[in-house]
Amino acid sequence: MDARVVLSLKNTTKRYPGVLALNNVSLDFLEGEVHALLGENGAGKSTLIKAVAGAIDLDGGIVHVGEHDYKQMTPHLSRSLGIEVIYQEFNLVPPMSAAENIFLGDRINKSLLVDFKTMKSKTKEIFDLFKVDIDPGALVQNLSPAQQQIVEIAKAVSKNVKILIMDEPSAPLSVSEVDRMFEIIQQLKQKGVTVVYISHRLEEVFKISDRVTVMRDGRYVATRLTKDTNRKELINLMVGRELTEVYPSRTIIPTETAIEIKNLSGNGDKDISFSVKKGEIVGLSGLVGSGRTELAMLLCGAVPIEGGEIWVNGKPIKIKSPADAIKHKIGLLPEDRKAHGLFLEMGVKWNICFPIIRGLSKNGVVDRKKETQIAKKYKEQLDIKTPSLEQQLKNLSGGNQQKVVLAKSLATESSILIFDEPTRGIDVGAKQEIYKLMCTLANNGIAIIMVSCDMEELLGMSDRIVVLCEGKMAGEVKKEQFSQDYFLDLASGTH
Amino acid sequence: MKNQPAFLSNLGGKIGLTMRKYAPLMILIGLVILFSFLSPNFMTAYNIRILVRQVSFAAISAVGVMFVMIGGGIDLSIGSQIVFTNIVLAIMMAYGKIPPILAIPICLLLGTTLGLINGLLVIKLKIHPLIITLGTAQIYKGIGFIVANSRNIIGLPDSFRVFGQGYLGPIPVPVCVMIVVALIGSFVLTRTYFGRYVFALGGNEEAARLAGVNINRMKVILFVICGFISSITAVLLLSRVFAGQTTTGLGIEFDCLTAALLGGVSFKGGEGTIFGLITGVLIIGVLNNAMQLASFPDFYQNVVKGAVLLIAVGFDVYQKTRKARETIARVPAQG
Repeated sequence: MDARVVLSLKNTTKRYPGVLALNNVSLDFLEGEVHALLGENGAGKSTLIKAVAGAIDLDGGIVHVGEHDYKQMTPHLSRSLGIEVIYQEFNLVPPMSAAENIFLGDRINKSLLVDFKTMKSKTKEIFDLFKVDIDPGALVQNLSPAQQQIVEIAKAVSKNVKILIMDEPSAPLSVSEVDRMFEIIQQLKQKGVTVVYISHRLEEVFKISDRVTVMRDGRYVATRLTKDTNRKELINLMVGRELTEVYPSRTIIPTETAIEIKNLSGNGDKDISFSVKKGEIVGLSGLVGSGRTELAMLLCGAVPIEGGEIWVNGKPIKIKSPADAIKHKIGLLPEDRKAHGLFLEMGVKWNICFPIIRGLSKNGVVDRKKETQIAKKYKEQLDIKTPSLEQQLKNLSGGNQQKVVLAKSLATESSILIFDEPTRGIDVGAKQEIYKLMCTLANNGIAIIMVSCDMEELLGMSDRIVVLCEGKMAGEVKKEQFSQDYFLDLASGTH
Repeated sequence: MKNQPAFLSNLGGKIGLTMRKYAPLMILIGLVILFSFLSPNFMTAYNIRILVRQVSFAAISAVGVMFVMIGGGIDLSIGSQIVFTNIVLAIMMAYGKIPPILAIPICLLLGTTLGLINGLLVIKLKIHPLIITLGTAQIYKGIGFIVANSRNIIGLPDSFRVFGQGYLGPIPVPVCVMIVVALIGSFVLTRTYFGRYVFALGGNEEAARLAGVNINRMKVILFVICGFISSITAVLLLSRVFAGQTTTGLGIEFDCLTAALLGGVSFKGGEGTIFGLITGVLIIGVLNNAMQLASFPDFYQNVVKGAVLLIAVGFDVYQKTRKARETIARVPAQG
């Protein structure tokens, strides 16, 4: 392949307060290649594509597109050069039709009125090209995530895309839908389109990409031809150390059952049964939409339970509200910690003590001395890095925010902790710390349920893994049986 | 803003924060200095006393509204609640000959009930409080007008005069009440767990719910507090006017909201201090008072007050979008 370089970054640097998000990164993209961009959260992938798309200003370096060098991109410039980005969050207008979304902002002809007919027929052409059967007149809000994804791609294609950047495009898709998307990517590739494919799913990278570049902590690490590399090498490049180091070992052998879930239903889940022993970490696995987070929400009382029983310490309990769950020492570290776990405008101490603030009060008045003591204790125990206990949460890093969420749950003396995606949006070092903390907690006899879409992490941390598929139990796997393929089979319902 | 050195933007942020915290106070001090030069009658003990008494009514109500606002809601019906409770209180005492000692608690109970109705509607209908209280405002006001039946209700007992017209030492009674309400409000908001819940409710309702806070009960309680405090204002205002009129308290929510927003209470909830609120109230009071001293026609006063509200909200939004931009910039950094 003597392909032409269509896009190249030269010594690009982007600085945020306290962090170098892009550290002198140089990287070439070739015409007609599928180039995977790999890296942990915080590796700088998003920053890189934002720089290319003109969503942020670079502090240094050059973006070279086609024939020209640019010090800064702007969204308009980027578009006019044929660069289109499909972000994780779709940029679609839900109450408008697929066709209208695709041609949003484009005038098909000179007439004053919108030419719906041409719009629809052109949309149909693109959909036919992809061999997909979506009605161009269908409203986007009525389409499945996969179909919406295709509308996004169609939107890019309609704009005569030369470089298509896809940020975690497979996240909302099922296995078969991912395959469909890959077919479309292959077609685009044959048309000479360069596809930059960002993902942390290694299987996909091997399936679709020609070359793969690994980034870590804002730095360029390496580029490999996909066919010349392997899983292990890529993981080592991403993590920067041997994988076995990442997951600490545990000492205690769990015996006593802490929580038992019997035929639990509600929130889209049906008939779920499993138990967790004190000191055990049970993983909850499944694809997006399999009902993992939904189950977590049921257990912590956020959503009403419709059927089944929950037994804690050998006794049946009723959970009707989050307060009930807290009373029974069940704590949740929510998936979306900013939206569900934290008060970002408030301080560290305020957040840590919030769930127990009533108990810290005498006649309604908060005992501020005790409050400070408790906050201090958890700050030290969890090694929360903050200049002061009054520091607003929004100014802390993702890892430290997660520690505050954990501190909140620990403050209520939870004996059963549900970690929903505990390492999402956290950098590698902090991840390791969270893992260590989880193991310490388990060693102290706390029962842990860990929800994660990161197979690597589930396999490394769990004693057992419960697999969900479409809201039902698909199976339960003991540590001895762990193998990644087995899970994918279970989770996609093909087993 | 392009390629600004990091320390500069940090400095900018810090100044912005300090500005935001003390801007209301600086505006107030600026206005006071300005008007004491412009009008020799402004900085006199007599005028100051009048000024503070003038604002005390709105200030008391504003404390109630602030509780609702910090909790993420809004109450547009307080003026109408005052119209309603004020008329009922006047009728009870003037026509029913019910002694104040009995009539006042009934009035407070009525105000509390009106707040309770607001709160229950908000949680049952699950409609934004803005719309709920816009509706109840019309209803409460309408009932007040119906009950009043276009009468100017006079013949209130003389013993009732003390609340609006009396003095405790040199300080007018309404000002004393304002101080007490403000101190209690501040104490509750900053020192009690209930106060924490209020901020949590406005700051992140879902997080508060997951932390075990009974969200619906909190919302109702906040509207009840607001209704109760509004009826205190109704008592004081009736005593001050000393005749039951349907114009009493009408539109007071405008001053309360303006004051709250001026004083840094966020429209989005989760933010606000009594100190800021009182500063905001005083700004409005100083503007009103100075324009009266300068015998500005009422209409001009409306223009100025409206402009002040826009500036206040504009400032709030400006700070918010700026914050949002900073947050967006930080997200990938933490990745």
